[in-house]
Amino acid sequence: MHEVNDDRSVIIRCKKGDIKAYNILVDRYMQRAYYTALGFVGNRDHAMDLSQDAFVKAFRAIKKIDENRQFFTYFYRILRNLCLNFIRDKKRHARPFSEIGETQYKRIASQESNPAMAFEMQEQKELVWAAIHQLKPDQKEIIILKEFRDYSYQEIAELLDIPIGTVMSRLYHARKSLKNKLEGVI
Amino acid sequence: MSETRARQERFEILCMKALDEIITKEEKEEFDTMIQPSLEYKQEFEAMKKVREITRTMRFSTPSDAIWDQYWTGIYNRIERGIGWLVFTLGAVILFTWGVFRIIESIISNDHITLIIKLGVLFLSLGLSILVVSVVRERFFMNRRDPYREIKR
Repeated sequence: MHEVNDDRSVIIRCKKGDIKAYNILVDRYMQRAYYTALGFVGNRDHAMDLSQDAFVKAFRAIKKIDENRQFFTYFYRILRNLCLNFIRDKKRHARPFSEIGETQYKRIASQESNPAMAFEMQEQKELVWAAIHQLKPDQKEIIILKEFRDYSYQEIAELLDIPIGTVMSRLYHARKSLKNKLEGVI
Repeated sequence: MSETRARQERFEILCMKALDEIITKEEKEEFDTMIQPSLEYKQEFEAMKKVREITRTMRFSTPSDAIWDQYWTGIYNRIERGIGWLVFTLGAVILFTWGVFRIIESIISNDHITLIIKLGVLFLSLGLSILVVSVVRERFFMNRRDPYREIKR
């Protein structure tokens, strides 16, 4: 018989103590979790650690999860709290420049044919990345979700548990702050 | 709500929709009419557009496939280790309690030790037990029932 592997049935299996079933959820959401954490902390190793920690915490609390809700919405709150606590505790968010050498991001468009132009673009991105890391946590979060994770307004509203109107307003203020930080630079 | 505030809020919504290219034809017309006479709105939109053009070409680099292959193993190990620690702690608590109990028992039944020392040991262990129960109750029961625990006080 074909096994149903939607979030709901997997969570029910996990609640019955089937740890292997949890692997299905991890496989499904590990990349989203990792990139979300990376957006918050800006470091690959920490992002990997925090996203794995969040999965462990979510598993420990699996009995409390409402299987009728999206797993990632619940998981996202755990991950977000872990990342914010990490940033607050370690105060590492103020060093984006040192991390950029690790090419945390890359250009998805075709390579620039002119090397000087490519360098200029890279430099601009470094400045934008540094400016994003200087934003307030809730502004940084919404920029990451929209610009780097490509979530729709509806998805962001569900993840953050806020109305769509608030999503747009918060995004506007985040983009405005980012624009102000980059004034005279781009 | 004042007219200026309402206009500003409408601008924010339309500006976001325009930047994310999900603006409808009617909204686009409304937006154009709104920004046309206002140099401030126009400049703000253009500056945001520039930033958006850069951010839309930025993506996080993808880790190697080997990292994803090991991802579940990392989580499984952490869960397993957590269970290990829990069982270990439980064993240690049982052994420690048994050890303390035997020590107290041997002190109480020792005729060479004076009554005042025996009473001292009894009160000491009773006080310690109350402290442990209190801390455990607070840590595992009261905190979980506190509906305002997420609120920063």
